[in-house]
Amino acid sequence: MYKIISKQVLNPTVTSLEIEAPLVARKAEPGQFIILRVDDLGERIPLTIAGADPDRGAVRIIFQVVGATTQKLNAKEPGDSIVDFVGPLGTATELDGIENVCVVGGGVGCAIAMPVASKLHKMGANVTSIIGFRNKDLVILEDEFKEISDDLHIMTDDGSYGEHGNVTMPLKEMLESGKKFDRIIAIGPVIMMKFTVETARPFGVPITVSMNPIMIDGTGMCGGCRLTLIRDGERITKFACVDGPDFNGYEVDFDEAMSRGRMYSAFEREAFNEACNIMKQADGK
Amino acid sequence: MAIIPKKTPMPTQEPGERIHNFKEVSYGYTEELALQEASRCLNCKSKPCVSGCPVNIDIPSFIAKVNDKDYDGAYDIITESSSLPAVCGRVCPQESQCESRCTLGIKYEPVAIGNLERFVADRHNDTVPVKEASVPEEGDMVAVIGSGPSGLACAGELASMGYRVTVYEALHLAGGVLVYGIPEFRLPKTIVAREVENLKAMGVDIQTNVVIGKTLVIDELFDMGFKAVFVGSGAGLPNFMNIPGESYKGVYSANEFLTRSNLMKAYSSKTATPIQVGSNVVVVGGGNVAMDAARTALRLGAAKVSVVYRRSEEELPARKEEVRHAKEEGIEFRFLENPVEITGFYNKEDPRDPKNGFVTGIRCIKMELGEPDSRGRRRPVPIEGSEYYSECDAVIIAIGTSANPLIKHISPGLEVNSKGGIVVNESGLTSRGGVYAGGDAVTGAATVISAMGAGKTAAHAIDEFLRAL
Repeated sequence: MYKIISKQVLNPTVTSLEIEAPLVARKAEPGQFIILRVDDLGERIPLTIAGADPDRGAVRIIFQVVGATTQKLNAKEPGDSIVDFVGPLGTATELDGIENVCVVGGGVGCAIAMPVASKLHKMGANVTSIIGFRNKDLVILEDEFKEISDDLHIMTDDGSYGEHGNVTMPLKEMLESGKKFDRIIAIGPVIMMKFTVETARPFGVPITVSMNPIMIDGTGMCGGCRLTLIRDGERITKFACVDGPDFNGYEVDFDEAMSRGRMYSAFEREAFNEACNIMKQADGK
Repeated sequence: MAIIPKKTPMPTQEPGERIHNFKEVSYGYTEELALQEASRCLNCKSKPCVSGCPVNIDIPSFIAKVNDKDYDGAYDIITESSSLPAVCGRVCPQESQCESRCTLGIKYEPVAIGNLERFVADRHNDTVPVKEASVPEEGDMVAVIGSGPSGLACAGELASMGYRVTVYEALHLAGGVLVYGIPEFRLPKTIVAREVENLKAMGVDIQTNVVIGKTLVIDELFDMGFKAVFVGSGAGLPNFMNIPGESYKGVYSANEFLTRSNLMKAYSSKTATPIQVGSNVVVVGGGNVAMDAARTALRLGAAKVSVVYRRSEEELPARKEEVRHAKEEGIEFRFLENPVEITGFYNKEDPRDPKNGFVTGIRCIKMELGEPDSRGRRRPVPIEGSEYYSECDAVIIAIGTSANPLIKHISPGLEVNSKGGIVVNESGLTSRGGVYAGGDAVTGAATVISAMGAGKTAAHAIDEFLRAL
């Protein structure tokens, strides 16, 4: 069992938990992920690590309540436990030699972008951060990003906070005005990463994206997380769990990744509604 | 007494009934049936069956004990050589091992050695409770990576020699392929759990949710006080065919499909893990994993399941019993065919159509058998112009695995072969002192019994190594 040390509600649908997992905390690097199971009948879900404190044996995860499992996880309070927590899995984000970086985060993806930006900041890199949200209520980690960014752009789709528009707008402006980055790191919804890549493509700036497909074991055994890279016209199958989750954004077949991500959406909607009903009933008693 | 020419039939669930449940297909011999089958053994002096067994169980002696109704005695003889008799009695390919050498088999059907092994093991497990053994306090510490057949066998052997053993398992449940790969209807999970309980009772510590190469590396294990390490991390990444359409929704590796069903119990409405079964399923491959996937799909509600295999029935690598059971259950076999493309749905009018990206069918090409390859198996050759299309809504690919890239993170400098398998000598020693390996991580996908044998061999080599320290 893995104890929940702390809980912080970041916005109505995004929660931060610290989980006691000393072995994972010792090794966790930005870009890596964990797999957890809330209870014995639960599914295994991957979540990217949002931070780790080896001294306290704590691993931070930040997640959006999108389905039955994240809903159950969200119902946990400090002192409660979850049954399984394994990691750190995947390869760490390659950060060596980066001096000028643009970190692009979207929605809950900002939780994963933040430790990457933070590490680069500590390494002495000049960090430009662009973080995007649907609206003001959903903005998370603003203070953290302020502290580690040399230049911060907060975007909202509806203009209710920060600048009005999506994350590709300031990126495009900066690139067009001749701003030089030696790398762009984009983390967020697949569609956001796709358009960030398309924005960067004409300028040829190296771009890393963090893929988050459906997984089971996270150790390469099942192949459920496979995605396709297109390299020199050739299609190459990769497993996000062991080959990633970071990939060269110019090579990823995003449309296929989006389609595969929706494989169980009908099932998920049903499970989510069922979980909602159960919780409503429990609240009513 | 006249010799009974045929094996005593194994009582099984009726096909029409069993395709609707996940209960074990074979019920196992009753005492009466076991005695009848045991009486067929000629107890011949040359014991050819023993040499056919990868771990050399003294088969005629255990069968003689069954004849004497000394079932505990029979169990003791088997467990001198095998750590997992209840498992191996069920999943070993006896027809190409012990039973293929049986003297009786020259003229008649061989003795049903596997069925008898299973009887002895089940009877023991049903009547003898798990023994609390004394947990060693002094012995050297040995780490075992992976809790599949090789790891369990190695751990059991070492524990019985007085070593303090810790088994590290990446998943949340111990048993490796025995729990994620082999379905309940062929190997009930209570049997695996019982074997794991036996080990725990012997003092073996099992740590789940630890991925060696990620959570810990071998250097750290030595720092933690372990004096030797056995790597039994199993086969790795599932192979795909590299044909168009393999990324469509509804295309699974057999590993994923079976893990969802076996480990995550997706067949139960109580569990949260989903599975996309389809009503018309094509399974590609001809091994036990292909049979398991096909029969699982049927039990999950598929109306039609076909197995596509590129060679002929004669070359099917699966256990004969599984093929027979699959046929009885109505699985269709399409021999001498190979997929060339998987097709998917795309609604040009509506890119948001939820059906977009799901499998719609498969194109296969007919094959014929050509010249024998290096292993003597006739190579399948495509027949030009014979491609044809058939509809399906799920494809499960069961064409083997290749080495897991995690292996290279386990320890720097651990030598691997061209296929990525760990290089070992005959006793299981790797290129690094104190580090041993066995099972599929070394050989690539093979059998439970050979992995178990490798685990045992390595345990003895570890013992020798530690005594010499």
